[in-house]
Amino acid sequence: MTKRLLTALLGGVSLLGTAGIALAADATLTIESWRNDDLSIWQEKLIPAFEAKNPGIKITFAPSAPTEYDAALGAKLQAGSAGDLITCRPFDKSLELYNKGNLADLTTLSGMENFSDTAKAAWTTDDGKATFCVPMASVLHGFIYNKDAFDQLGIKVPETRDEFFAALDKIKADGTYIPMAMGTKDLWEAATMGYQNIGPNYWKGEEGRVALIKGEQKLTDPDWVAPFEELAKWKPYLGDGFEAQTYPDSQNLFTLGRAAIYPAGSWEISVFNAQAQFKMGAFPPPVGKAGDTCYISDHNDIGIGLNAASKNADAAKTFLTWVASPEFAEIYANALPGFFSLNSKPVEMKDPLAQEFVSWRGKCKSTIRSTYQILSRGTPNLENETWVESANVINGTETPQQAAEKLQKGLDSWYKPAK
Amino acid sequence: MTAPKRAIRWHIGVFLAPAVLIYTAIMILPLVGTLQLALFKAVENVQTFVGLDNFRTLFGDPNWSTGFWNALRNNVWFFVIHMLVQNPIGVMLAALLSSPKLRFSAFYRTAIFVPTVLSFVIVGFAWKLILSPLWGVAPNLLDLVGLKFLFSPWLGKESSALIALSLVSVWQFVGIPMMLIYAALLSIPDEVIEAAECDGVTGMAQFWKIKLPLILPAIGIISILTFVGNFNAFDLIYTAQGALAGPNYSTDILGTFLYRAFFGFQLQVGDPNMGAAIATMMFLIILVGVCFYLFLVQTRLRRYQF
Repeated sequence: MTKRLLTALLGGVSLLGTAGIALAADATLTIESWRNDDLSIWQEKLIPAFEAKNPGIKITFAPSAPTEYDAALGAKLQAGSAGDLITCRPFDKSLELYNKGNLADLTTLSGMENFSDTAKAAWTTDDGKATFCVPMASVLHGFIYNKDAFDQLGIKVPETRDEFFAALDKIKADGTYIPMAMGTKDLWEAATMGYQNIGPNYWKGEEGRVALIKGEQKLTDPDWVAPFEELAKWKPYLGDGFEAQTYPDSQNLFTLGRAAIYPAGSWEISVFNAQAQFKMGAFPPPVGKAGDTCYISDHNDIGIGLNAASKNADAAKTFLTWVASPEFAEIYANALPGFFSLNSKPVEMKDPLAQEFVSWRGKCKSTIRSTYQILSRGTPNLENETWVESANVINGTETPQQAAEKLQKGLDSWYKPAK
Repeated sequence: MTAPKRAIRWHIGVFLAPAVLIYTAIMILPLVGTLQLALFKAVENVQTFVGLDNFRTLFGDPNWSTGFWNALRNNVWFFVIHMLVQNPIGVMLAALLSSPKLRFSAFYRTAIFVPTVLSFVIVGFAWKLILSPLWGVAPNLLDLVGLKFLFSPWLGKESSALIALSLVSVWQFVGIPMMLIYAALLSIPDEVIEAAECDGVTGMAQFWKIKLPLILPAIGIISILTFVGNFNAFDLIYTAQGALAGPNYSTDILGTFLYRAFFGFQLQVGDPNMGAAIATMMFLIILVGVCFYLFLVQTRLRRYQF
């Protein structure tokens, strides 16, 4: 009896002992992120899926508030206490980290071949030689509409701008719904959901964006002023007091069924699915004439990189290779409808609204937001100025021409395109 | 020949030391650090001494100077509204509260003082909701009294946003002048009042001729506190309008301008050196204001004190 007990005890102790050793050999990786909304998705879906395949690597997802992320990450990197894996903002914020030596070069990481150059553009050096983050997802722009409202008023989904404004007029004349839910109080709605949403159709997506960076086009060219002119026309269709309407106000107006059309980013999909009680549909930014090539903003939004000072670089690379795999893409895209995988292999999605959004990739040409690459490096900052000017144009306090001239003047003051 | 030697009074140093050390560590050093930071610039990630270059950029480069002068102008206007609205209301409330005929004065005093202890975040958020054209109570309340046409989305209009926010700030802080003036009114000796009454100075005349001059020092203190507070203000604008202080920078004050320069915003990368230069300017502006008060105003006010 005693002997048995002793054996059992000893056995238990040795078991515990080996368990301890196994734990010590484990590499624990910490992910820095601003996506605190995604905490449950990481904990319940992504991390278990990875850990099941890679015993010995433990992952902790440690997000901070979006507005604090950049400052907090900078401080942690400086102090050497940052996590092994770093969620990457697109373009210059991450490029700066790479240039400072905070992010490791991932050009040769296995799995990187799953991404196109456009997908990697947001996390590649200007000369295109080094890539330092694995692309995770992009967001698309378009318009989400209240299907019930459209059916009730007998409006069909607009394809051209004329149809679009005719639909707006009809909704306005009927009076049941506010034609469009957007406010200018928070400024960025006007720029991101407005200017960057409808703009690519005018400046022909990548063509115009690249020409702008090269200095071949100017923001005062007709193609770049035209989106402002369209924005100015939106004013009468916005709700009462839109000047003081904030972003959450706009979201609520739409999900409560009080507005018919919502100029959207695809990240709204999951929020709207949870809140709206009516059927929703989506359409891409309307084109000038039926049959024109359509362009959509398909903006690289989130990537993940390796802290150059990480002590578990090998384990971290294993993880990053998994992030680059179609398996990750599928879990992520379905858990977060609206954040579309950048993986070259198409991902099957179950959400109808997300399917609608992603289908535009097939028929329209993709581009990224015009102000993000290179052009927002100086003072005044082009992106921030675009926020202010877009809001001014919609408020009617500035003409489209004035706004464009101001932006170009600000850009000229520091940006000298390579000739 | 030898004068009686006075013992070195060590205890003075010992007693002063804690305060001096703490004050130096948490006030003087950071201040000097800021001033020093303003004289440097990051060149290729290395901090290099550039003298007054940052200030030359701040005042010479229209990209910076327009923003700075706009912020300063808005800040002055912010302060002027405070002085014009907050002080008269503060004096009036204090005068009413100190009236012996008023009932429930303790309740009013507390109720008016409560907003002062609220966090800016709560105040900014609450007022944003109150003034919201969609769900706010302001449009509904105006509707009830048939004045709906007076409502407009104040926080979203260039012409009214700053005034609206100044008034919100006055609403929050009017408790402080009220309390200080109330205390000053209570401390007026009864003999003075009685003497005035014997001479036939009563009612409003008594307030204007006797009490007001006696509370002027308190008003002076309040003005300087308001001045310092207003030129350091940031939180209310940030919570209500965001760091870009919209619409079209019409609510941008020095605090938000400094924030954007120092920490950056959205795609704008922060520039601690330019930020420090702006912080230095704010420090100088406040210093000049406080000196003006101390040397010109307060010396004259002192005569009225007992």
